[in-house]
Amino acid sequence: MGALWRRFEGWVMRGQRPSAEPIRLTRRRIYILPTGQGYAFATLLFLLFLWSINYSNSMGFAFTFLLAAVALNSMWQAHDNLLGLIVDSSGAEPVFAGQEARFAFRVENPDPRPRYGIALQWRDQPPRHTDLPASGAAVVTLTVLAERRGWLRTGRVRVLTRYPLGLLQAWSWVEFERACLVYPQPRGRRPLPAALSGGAGAGLGDQGFGSEDYAGFRLYAPGDSPRRIAWKAATRGGPLLVKQFTDQVRPELWLDWRLLGIDSVEPRLAQLCQWVLKAEGEGRRYGLLLPGARIAPGRGDAHRRRCLEALALFTYAEDVSHRHETAVEPEGPTKTRAAAG
Amino acid sequence: MRLPWSRRDRPRRAPPPVEPLTASALTWLLAALALAVAPQATELSVWLSVLFAALVGWRGFIVFRNRALPPRWLLLLVATLAGAGVMIDHRTLFGRDAGVALLTAMTACKLLESRGLRDGVVLVFLGYLLVMSNLLYSQDIPLVTYLLAVILVMLTAQVLIHRQHAGLTALAPLRLTGRMVLLAIPVMLILFVLFPRIPGPLWGLPKDAYKGRTGLSEQMAPGSVSELIRSDAVAFRVRFADAVPPSNQRYWRGPVLWHFDGRRWTRPEEPPVKTPIPFTPEGAAVDYAVVLEPSNRNWLFALDLPARLPPRAGMTPSFQLLRDQPVNEVYRYEMRSYPAYRTAEPTAMERSRGLQLPPRANPRARALVAEWRQRDPQPEALVRSALTLFREQPFYYTLNPPELGGEIVDDFLFRTRRGFCEHYASAFVFLMRAGGVPARVVLGYQGGEMNALGGYLMVRQSDAHAWAEVWLEGRGWVRVDPTGAVAPNRVQQGLYAALSDSRLLPFLARHGGDSEWLRQLALGWDILNNSWNEWVLAYGPERQKEFLSGLGFGPADWTGMTVAMLIALGGFGVLYAGWRWRSRLARDPVARAWQRFCARLARRGLARGAAEGPLDFAGRVAAGRPELAAGVWEIARLYAALRYGPVAPPEQVRQLRQLTRRFRA
Repeated sequence: MGALWRRFEGWVMRGQRPSAEPIRLTRRRIYILPTGQGYAFATLLFLLFLWSINYSNSMGFAFTFLLAAVALNSMWQAHDNLLGLIVDSSGAEPVFAGQEARFAFRVENPDPRPRYGIALQWRDQPPRHTDLPASGAAVVTLTVLAERRGWLRTGRVRVLTRYPLGLLQAWSWVEFERACLVYPQPRGRRPLPAALSGGAGAGLGDQGFGSEDYAGFRLYAPGDSPRRIAWKAATRGGPLLVKQFTDQVRPELWLDWRLLGIDSVEPRLAQLCQWVLKAEGEGRRYGLLLPGARIAPGRGDAHRRRCLEALALFTYAEDVSHRHETAVEPEGPTKTRAAAG
Repeated sequence: MRLPWSRRDRPRRAPPPVEPLTASALTWLLAALALAVAPQATELSVWLSVLFAALVGWRGFIVFRNRALPPRWLLLLVATLAGAGVMIDHRTLFGRDAGVALLTAMTACKLLESRGLRDGVVLVFLGYLLVMSNLLYSQDIPLVTYLLAVILVMLTAQVLIHRQHAGLTALAPLRLTGRMVLLAIPVMLILFVLFPRIPGPLWGLPKDAYKGRTGLSEQMAPGSVSELIRSDAVAFRVRFADAVPPSNQRYWRGPVLWHFDGRRWTRPEEPPVKTPIPFTPEGAAVDYAVVLEPSNRNWLFALDLPARLPPRAGMTPSFQLLRDQPVNEVYRYEMRSYPAYRTAEPTAMERSRGLQLPPRANPRARALVAEWRQRDPQPEALVRSALTLFREQPFYYTLNPPELGGEIVDDFLFRTRRGFCEHYASAFVFLMRAGGVPARVVLGYQGGEMNALGGYLMVRQSDAHAWAEVWLEGRGWVRVDPTGAVAPNRVQQGLYAALSDSRLLPFLARHGGDSEWLRQLALGWDILNNSWNEWVLAYGPERQKEFLSGLGFGPADWTGMTVAMLIALGGFGVLYAGWRWRSRLARDPVARAWQRFCARLARRGLARGAAEGPLDFAGRVAAGRPELAAGVWEIARLYAALRYGPVAPPEQVRQLRQLTRRFRA
């Protein structure tokens, strides 16, 4: 039955693509069927009808017919309750796998009459109800369990109403392009790798960009920050020198895919993710090395997000893993440099 | 204790959280249920009415004081006790009264279990059953109007149950349900008139299904008819095709009683036949239609002597009409009678039945008849002697006759001499049989009151009457009404005129006096009731066929009715859809302006496709008519922004209306 129903839905939904725009619920998008209650009510009416025949009760017929007519009319009411609504997706904040993504939908009522009992439902989860004032809007949030890293889409979301009598359900499917980015689940018990460990291929020059601890001078090169020029030394008449700093006490980390060689892909990513969070939490500078991607050490929310995104969207292919040096940089304004060796 | 089949042990998905019943939903629900039970409050046992009221009150208290619902064991205890109470009251859980009592009790118990939406829905469904159960007791206009209002409240409760977010406005659901009921009424009428009716019953009715109807009983003992006189309920109403026969010819024939056991007259088993019993009419026929109130009897009443059969009815050899099912709905039938007639020779069995008497009973009466026979043995002479006895001796016609003891005929004829029609009929038939003249008692109604305004005759229970028929050589069965000898006014003008003390009579059977205007008002009300009965309550399978065939589309069968019903429903649906479309346009200035714009373009051969969006349409128009492009784009963009954008600013709506008004294609 379920499979048949799914096939029917698939047939009904053929040709509908995820939308980037707000969706207006038009006549041809709205379907209507009795609910369980509706079938129960129909049974009740049938029994009342038989009862009226049995007792030759004229008013029994009249009341049975009246209730049937009211139920029939509620079909129109339910249909009207959805008609013309404008639904839009506001997307969802990124989450870690295993958490619940919260997708926000804005439902707008363009008509000068209120709409009651509008609900959004994701798959078999209980619907989330809201009322819409006349010419007003409401935001409905659906929570979806993010099971795997990567892009999470809600797929078809049901906009439904059982108002006014609950006997019939009018519904429409909406599907939006907007997706939620799911980071890998932070998991793993390995400690953070030692700084500069294993010749991670970190460029020596990188040290020069540290700003924590004073390490010495080097010759000025064009492009160096004026704040770092050793003005005192310059006044003494020497060559223009630049102060060099390095995080010697807490040297920068390379969170390297290859350090986790014994694990399969997902546990590796989970561990890397956990390291990213830990490093960020400890205030360390860290870089990320993945087959095919390299993110230079850095710190802060934007950096962390960049790393997590790379982990979330990482695709592993055998051939890529062996030539990660010929890196393709991940999208975005990252300023990573090709590794030297 | 955990039972193996208890739900909690199953490794199932967690049930969805219970959607709670809001306070407003519960308030309306409680009100609706209380209103649904109210008309039966007096019919139900006192404890049950009290229990119901108490539980409604308690549930209300729980809502408003935010208390917890009672524990489950208490609920089970109350339910069990209530079930047992119903069982003790009625000795059964089936049947009409027990069924209604059980429904009421279980609804009350369910109230204590009403937590969530689902419980609310169950209660609403039970509520509809309670509303309908009222119709088992009465279907008169005030009750039906009341129940319609209860349905409205119940529907509102049902709407509120499904509104999880209480708030916006409180009366909006009531307005909504009011509109829904108004719109449902035409559909209901179509279904009521055209839905092919099936004659019931489909299965056995409970024994008490129609308990408590007043009406004639099928036997006669002293006091059995005079009991009825106290009821002014209408037994049936009659509309005559032509002139109304005079009162002394209006004998409405019911059961014919043959057997006398010394006190009680009873009806033998007389199987009805499916053709009218033949007799020789001696005069014009009277045609009329009877609308019979439910009596829970098979009897159909007709003027002496009926000459045709209503559908599904038969006639006994004593000319009584019997329907194959007891009359438990308002039933209308058309009849023809001949007030003047001559019947055939009685069969041997009829003759022996017509002479049956308990041996040796009432010796003084027998002696009196023997004396009369010595003077003149002719049957006609015996009849005259008996009537003379009643007329000339001090016999009285009274509603309060003294108790009769021992040999009741002797006691009546020679001691009390005060009686009602059953006393006179009984004594008269006894005298005739003792004199060797076959005779029998006929029960029925006599007379009836014309409702001049309505043009029909009302026959009330207080018109119940008993008379006699004797068999006379060459004339057949001849009606003799011994009451007429004592109180001629009874037969000519009705009961009121015949009784010296009218205070014993029910209000509506009295005439004149200070409250005459009230009686006139009551007659007006009866006209309404009569139409209600004749056109609404009596609208059963036969009346439906008759009515629909009378419309002139040929004989109505169920296929024709179904087709007509579907056409009518479809027609109404189209009308309704059109009306909704128009009112939507009227409400929505943006849509109206756009409609006007599209209509103007359509007149120039540029019709918008049904699925074409405003911008697509504008693009097409602009391509085809470049000179219009600027204006079309402006309107289409503004319309799209207003239609699909967020809240429409009023000045933009005004702008759109101006643009479309000025637009010329």
